[in-house]
Amino acid sequence: MSALIKNPFNHDLPPLEAPLVNVQLDGQWVKVPKGLNIIEVAKRFGKFIPHYCYHPKLSIAGNCRMCLFEMGMPKLDANRKPVVDAEERPVINWLPRPQIACATQATEGMAIRTNSKLVKDCQEGVMEFLLINHPLDCPICDQAGECRLQEYAYDFGKGRSRFVEEKVKKPKRVDFGPRIILDDERCILCSRCIRFAREIAKQDVIGFVNRGSYSTLTVYPGRVFDGNYSLNTVDICPVGALTSKDFRFKMRVWFLREAKSICTECATGCNIIIGSRENIVYRLTPRVNEEVNSHWMCDQGRLGFHYIHSKKRVTEPASHLNGSLFPLEWSEALRTVAQKLMEFPPSEIAFLVSARLTCEELYLVKKLMETLGKGTEIFSEIIPRKGVADGLLRSADLNPNTKGAIGIGIGKEGRRIEELKNKIRAKEINCLFAIHENPEEVGIQEDILSSLSFYVWQGLIPGPAVHKANILLAGASFAEKSGTMINIAGRLQKLHKAILCPGRAREDWRILRDLLLLVGVKERVFEKINDVFDAMSKEIDLFESLSWNTVGDLGIDLSQKLKNRSIL
Amino acid sequence: MAKAEYRLILKHADEPGYTVDIDCYLSHGGYQVLKKALAMPPDQIIQEVKISGLRGRGGAGFPTGVKWGFINHEKNTKPVYLLCNADESEPGTFKDRQIIYKDPHQLIEGMVISAYANRAHLAYIYIRGEFAKGAEILEKALAEARERNFLGKNILGSGYELEIYVFRGAGAYICGEETGLIESLEGKRAYPRIKPPYFPAVLGLYMCPTIVNNVETLCHVKHIVEMGGAEYARIGTPNNTGTRIWCVSGDVNKPGYYEYPCGAITFGELLYEVCGGIRNGNKLKAVIPGGSSAKVLRADKKYKIPKKKEDGSTEIVEMGLEDIPLDFDTVAATGSMSGSGGIIVMDHTRDMVECLRNIAEFYAHESCGQCTPCREGSLWMKKMLDRICTGGGRPEDSKLLLEVANHIAGRTICAFGEACSWPVQSFVEMFGEEFEAKQRKESSLEILEPLTNRTA
Repeated sequence: MSALIKNPFNHDLPPLEAPLVNVQLDGQWVKVPKGLNIIEVAKRFGKFIPHYCYHPKLSIAGNCRMCLFEMGMPKLDANRKPVVDAEERPVINWLPRPQIACATQATEGMAIRTNSKLVKDCQEGVMEFLLINHPLDCPICDQAGECRLQEYAYDFGKGRSRFVEEKVKKPKRVDFGPRIILDDERCILCSRCIRFAREIAKQDVIGFVNRGSYSTLTVYPGRVFDGNYSLNTVDICPVGALTSKDFRFKMRVWFLREAKSICTECATGCNIIIGSRENIVYRLTPRVNEEVNSHWMCDQGRLGFHYIHSKKRVTEPASHLNGSLFPLEWSEALRTVAQKLMEFPPSEIAFLVSARLTCEELYLVKKLMETLGKGTEIFSEIIPRKGVADGLLRSADLNPNTKGAIGIGIGKEGRRIEELKNKIRAKEINCLFAIHENPEEVGIQEDILSSLSFYVWQGLIPGPAVHKANILLAGASFAEKSGTMINIAGRLQKLHKAILCPGRAREDWRILRDLLLLVGVKERVFEKINDVFDAMSKEIDLFESLSWNTVGDLGIDLSQKLKNRSIL
Repeated sequence: MAKAEYRLILKHADEPGYTVDIDCYLSHGGYQVLKKALAMPPDQIIQEVKISGLRGRGGAGFPTGVKWGFINHEKNTKPVYLLCNADESEPGTFKDRQIIYKDPHQLIEGMVISAYANRAHLAYIYIRGEFAKGAEILEKALAEARERNFLGKNILGSGYELEIYVFRGAGAYICGEETGLIESLEGKRAYPRIKPPYFPAVLGLYMCPTIVNNVETLCHVKHIVEMGGAEYARIGTPNNTGTRIWCVSGDVNKPGYYEYPCGAITFGELLYEVCGGIRNGNKLKAVIPGGSSAKVLRADKKYKIPKKKEDGSTEIVEMGLEDIPLDFDTVAATGSMSGSGGIIVMDHTRDMVECLRNIAEFYAHESCGQCTPCREGSLWMKKMLDRICTGGGRPEDSKLLLEVANHIAGRTICAFGEACSWPVQSFVEMFGEEFEAKQRKESSLEILEPLTNRTA
């Protein structure tokens, strides 16, 4: 397992060389790796032991007591050797005192009961205790629908309350940092957030104050919980104590349609789930992928989707004439672009391509350039974006598909931007096609763009010089298209379309496919993204023998192939 | 005629003219046993303690020799720490303060011997914050001992080095729990650790092997080395060796601390003869034998005590409270425990429900709050008892109190779960009629049938 983030604990991933031991799980003898904790043992055989404070990637706290189970050890005779029965199995001595499953490791001959009378009594007891001081906030609490208190109360609880005293009052709606709101009454004091902040986010500023039933979660006075990983505590909080200010009160989680996708804020490509309803994205949450982001994602990526619904977005194709914007039909816009592109000699055309496009889109751009080039190579370049790697998940490369661009053969990693600028100024390049990039960002300002004879802009949010564009094509954001991208470690990962494009915008691969048809490529009319991928895999050897269906939701490691081509 | 005490630990504590300074201690033969101990190999001292059958005096009664034997000194490469638990927060217990305030050097000598036996070179005395004067006395005594080479580098030329520091607590009962103490010493909130894996003998202070012992236990070590383990084992009864300091408080004429060999005196002898009987001529109603965590014993009840006969077999003898001898095992056989030796006496004028409410309030206040059953349950029981005592009791409350207590005991990280539920369980079971008397005849809030279809 080689996640890009180094988790200090991996309780669900025992070392491969761990020997197997025999344990008895609810009467059945099974083999499990030695040292595996009992919650994971049960999970491997389809049994669920409820828990709050245990998390496979955090240290063991053992304080919620929800995972209590009945443990037995082999009966030992006078020589401390196990007594065996007729089937050569050890006779079990059941301990009267229940043990916590998260802190107990599997050893030879251990016996586990996950649903005996004692276990049910423990579970009901703990559930009752957790609910006696818990506020009746379900109608207004964001966690409803994904709240483990609700779920376990239903599955393992008593069903009725016997508490007739006054509940403990604690602060509600506490500012827990710039992105999180804390409700102390809902907190069940599992300490997951404290352990996460200390062990993984490395911002050890939260803790408990006061004692006993009045224990309260709080941020250290004078400090703020504002690290770039703070919102992961909202994910791991089993109840609605920590809620995201961005998502608070926006949508009930059971209405959210979930689509598996990839974050596109940097080259790490954390696996995410896009939660949307009626074509509006409400939130992004991390998806478990032990090879990339484990259970986490950074706050920047998590909140980086609001631009999808920005009012500045171009949602229909248009043309610019004498300073005014005229909406066009797609057929007309595309025909104009295709005609113009075919007019210019190949040496005068330049493609300014984004490394935020999917591999399929980059492949189609490549095909377009090859068709227009007729043997000559058309100038193409990507805009590089560099940030600072933070040692956790954020990569220094802020483009999600740089490796894809290099692998497919587009651009020279941004080294030719100056050259492009000069060529445009010198009128050697007269036709510019900017896909999901604003040339103003790399210094190709209005004055330089004025020298162009034809400038096509395709994308989402235009820059200040877009009035220099002759044709605007409305493209799609990452949530509106399916496709694949290759991350910094060489992993090919899939995006799935979550919402429809707004207005009359279209997925970029469909726009490029239509352009391809109009410039004369008639062999294949790609109906679905699968077709584009399969065609790409036949033509580009990086993707050979892959098909859209064989690339799973956790991606495929292409690092060896990339290394062979010196891309990695 | 009241039985005479056997003052082993408290020999000089109340002697007129006996002071806490080192010269007084030395003139009474002090630190001679340390000389003897430093000439013995450490493992021999551990062996003597094992032979003596010394059991911890902090409340659990765990055999000290066994505890010391947990550390494998051949394989261990980490530093070993010795911690003296001077937190003494168990209600009803006031024996350790007598040692600290009146004969501190006995404790220091016992600690040096124990640290030497366990190969520890750094020891701490964790003293409860409320003993401000005691901390001062100990600091001064340690300085004196250091000055005379009984502490520090190359003690008495033996090559052994030990430093002892006093660490003051800040008012939490849970810091008396051994892993809570260790956490507090490390500067953190006193959240007891889960055992397994954090057994102090393996992963204690700073994750190194650590021995935590009570003040009185460490003083007994000195006497064991002095007279030899076998001789010490002759005091008391088999498996209950040595003397114990019993702290009697409550409705007796002469409350105080009395030291007797284990099994040498019965409850009746102690309360009626030594302590002068129940005050105001009242009748004895109940006794809590081992600090408020222990289960209460009803005075007019017969207890079935197993007794070993000469031929090795066991017979069950029925005895009243007055005839039960004071030791570890016999008191444990009644269902309660002798704990820290804090005997709390209640006479017939005491309302048992009020007594329980008082105890429950203490535990609700002192719960550390780490694990769910104790944190929520202790406050719930306190609130219920408050309501019962102020006239809001309902017929189902006794059963509910018992069920809540049953859901806490055995399900928590540390023994505080048992400590807060045993009083509730025992008071409600022993004095059920008093609880019923406080309840209204019919309930305004019924307990309805459970909603789920789960069958137990």
